[in-house]
Amino acid sequence: MSTPRRVVISGMGWVTPLGADVSGVWTRLVRGDNAFGPITRFDASTFATNFAAEVRGFNFGEHVPDPEKHAHAGLSTRFALAAARQAWLQAGLDSHASLDRTRLGMYFGAGEGSLDFANFTRANLAGYDAESRTVKDPAWAAMARQRLSAPVEIEQEPNATLTHLAQEFGVRGPAYNCMTACAASTQAVGEAYELIKRGDADTMLAGGTHSMIHPLGVTGFIRLTAMSTNREDPARASRPFDKDRDGFVMGEGAGVLVLEELGHALSRGATPLAEVAGFGSSADAFRITDIHPDGKGAVAAMLQACRMAGINPREPGADGRPQVHYVSAHGTGTQENDRIETIAVKTLFGPLAPRVPFSSVKSMLGHLIQAAGAVELMTCVQAIRTGVLPPTMNLRNPDPECDLDYVPNAARDCNPQGGVRVCLSNSFGFGGQNNTICVRAYRG
Amino acid sequence: MPRDVLITGIGTVSALGVGVQPLWDGMCAGRSALGPIRVLDPSGFASRLGGEVQGFAAKDYVPKSYRKAVKVMARDIELAVGAAKVAVDDAGLVTRSHADTPERTPSYEASRMGCHIGAGLISAETLELAAAQATAVGDEPGGAQGEGFSLRHWGTVATSDFTPKGGMDNLPPLWMLKYLPNMLACHVTIIHGCEGPSNTITCAEASSLLSLGESRRVIERGDADLCFSGGAESKLSLMGLIRAEFTGRAAATGDEVDGGAIVRPFDPEAPGTLLAEGGGILILEESHAARARGARCYAKLSGFGAAQSATGYLPTGDDAPAAESEALELAIRSALRDAGVTPGDIQAVSSHALGWPGHDAAELRALRAVFGDRLPSIELITTAPFVGDMGAGHGAVQVAAAALALFHQTLPARLNRGSPPSSVRAESAPTRPAALRHVLVLSSAIGGQNAAAVLSRIV
Repeated sequence: MSTPRRVVISGMGWVTPLGADVSGVWTRLVRGDNAFGPITRFDASTFATNFAAEVRGFNFGEHVPDPEKHAHAGLSTRFALAAARQAWLQAGLDSHASLDRTRLGMYFGAGEGSLDFANFTRANLAGYDAESRTVKDPAWAAMARQRLSAPVEIEQEPNATLTHLAQEFGVRGPAYNCMTACAASTQAVGEAYELIKRGDADTMLAGGTHSMIHPLGVTGFIRLTAMSTNREDPARASRPFDKDRDGFVMGEGAGVLVLEELGHALSRGATPLAEVAGFGSSADAFRITDIHPDGKGAVAAMLQACRMAGINPREPGADGRPQVHYVSAHGTGTQENDRIETIAVKTLFGPLAPRVPFSSVKSMLGHLIQAAGAVELMTCVQAIRTGVLPPTMNLRNPDPECDLDYVPNAARDCNPQGGVRVCLSNSFGFGGQNNTICVRAYRG
Repeated sequence: MPRDVLITGIGTVSALGVGVQPLWDGMCAGRSALGPIRVLDPSGFASRLGGEVQGFAAKDYVPKSYRKAVKVMARDIELAVGAAKVAVDDAGLVTRSHADTPERTPSYEASRMGCHIGAGLISAETLELAAAQATAVGDEPGGAQGEGFSLRHWGTVATSDFTPKGGMDNLPPLWMLKYLPNMLACHVTIIHGCEGPSNTITCAEASSLLSLGESRRVIERGDADLCFSGGAESKLSLMGLIRAEFTGRAAATGDEVDGGAIVRPFDPEAPGTLLAEGGGILILEESHAARARGARCYAKLSGFGAAQSATGYLPTGDDAPAAESEALELAIRSALRDAGVTPGDIQAVSSHALGWPGHDAAELRALRAVFGDRLPSIELITTAPFVGDMGAGHGAVQVAAAALALFHQTLPARLNRGSPPSSVRAESAPTRPAALRHVLVLSSAIGGQNAAAVLSRIV
């Protein structure tokens, strides 16, 4: 049997509410900054949640050489293009003219584009007949045809992001977009890793992008009571693992990684930033709205990722430390998620669990929905590269049911203990979707 | 030991009916199910014919204990749930859905079953949303969105200077969960107890076939022994119709009432396709496990390939650029290589052709590139004239037709009222016996994702 193909990360890029460059955002995360404030995109003044983590000051033209090529692209596609361009440059692919584009693929967890809410509403109200409580379809159609615009509608298709990325980077290999809610971009990166291992591609652009900071997106989560309603103090609204947590804060943005077969990366002189060592994926198959109370699916995903990486999570390493040095939590800040994710981490690591640092950058960035997983995986890579763990901010009132090491309120320098070499990144989605990636420091 | 993947169950829901028999019988009888759209009043649209699934109620396809959940299922989800149930029955599987009869032990452990169901951008039910939005109309300035709708009245929290009407409270709490694309797979995993890997591919018409490729990889690498795989979508909604009008895909139907006369694969003069609802779930099983339980096997999923068009084509009504056919050609060649066969081993192609000329022309160029002079001898299976364009569900029905053709060693009839070029076997043809070893299935999405699969006869 031939040697298994190893997969490394050779480039990373993101657009987040704390900025659109990897090192600057990392500095802010280590400092404990947050990006929460009133929603400015539309009038949310009477919404139960009237705040979010918006991407501000994003200048698309600074990121792509020919923005006109993407004149109709929606916001989340623009985020993805900007993030992918950063990753592409860091990987040195711009100077690699002989790259075989048929061996370059894409796997994204890109969200749908933003609905043209105002004009969609016009059509709905033009069609709605209050007397009969019915919609007059021809009246709807007439208004929709008059007000909606073809390019805007086409760009809402969830595969439109792939289309623009292909135009930008000449991708000709296998291309997929998946939508598994908040787990999507972890799943996308995980499956991209599997495609390279199988030999279907040598290089993959992988990640996610999403913006749901529009009236219907915010409405949907308000109705589900999944978001914090702490209108008085948005800066402290996202408080994962805190006793008083009351939901997530919506963010937006994109995270894109260049995944590459090790030999391919080395032969063109690229520097591996980290190695993807394992991927686990499972379904709770429990309920649409609730997580399995034992975190069964979460445990299955984490365990599978560890096994693939050759790690027994219950055994300490030769240095006496747990073999996993950090877990990037899904950590949304909802009562249910944080409690059950804690149970799952305890089940996975057993008696070692209290010694495994486990933090949520959603306390600073908010929840980037489909983009969250890729961005959080990149924070793991940054932790490996710097030896520093990002904190869980706003953890002031400990919850007796959340009693692990959440790296509370201040970043932690692990270099005195030997740095950070192995991380897990968790993403869980509505409907019981669980995905975990294991990344480790690259050693030749 | 290689982990081969077999198709052991087929569940389709299409305008021809629910279950595989109506699909196969309808195609063999040469009977198009395309007709007037009744689910809504299409008189405001140019395209008024389509493929509706008649007499289908999702509650008939879920266990009694799960009937309440049907309330939170958009039509797309219902179609997938129905297709999964008929696939399970067709495969002779016992799943969690049979828990009412506890003496029946599930065929597989939950952790060994995965689920990959392609989905589209699900359109919210207009009436539900419009009725809620109508409660947020007011004269007050601020947040006005046209037709008097006010975002301030949509909200629920009073501010120092404003008391809102609280319009959004008229939406059910779980409203959003009806429309998340991953809910097709999530409901299916819950109903049937699939705790293995589950994914939702959203690449328009290529979604089903890409999902099959994902299931196959998951089984091959050992992460599951069985997968529910396919896709479903309904394009018969107001948003579905208007978007199709914007892309130019839906044919203007005028006074025509016979949808089968409209959809004409590969005819350069074809007026476009007809929208539909439907899809299918295939039960894919690892070959040893399938044989161990004595499963009937329709076909082997022996090869898969995917490729992206670098031009990222968005529809303009013109012919698709060359990159589109090059991408499909690349996907085909990858699939053939993966299956260990050559173009000469293929006897038939389950074609994607929707009767949308620019798009069909790209497929024809790819077929010419792969098969060369042999193309006129390759038989085509064309599903679109029977059941229309089912979006993310389309590929699953193409795969179903190909698997059935291999299993029955029969090519179903073709319908084509147009004039396809003589170089491709897309003209009308009756049902006929055929010696089939390998059948190629093709899918191509607007947006440039292409996929190809090779299905092989089980010998």
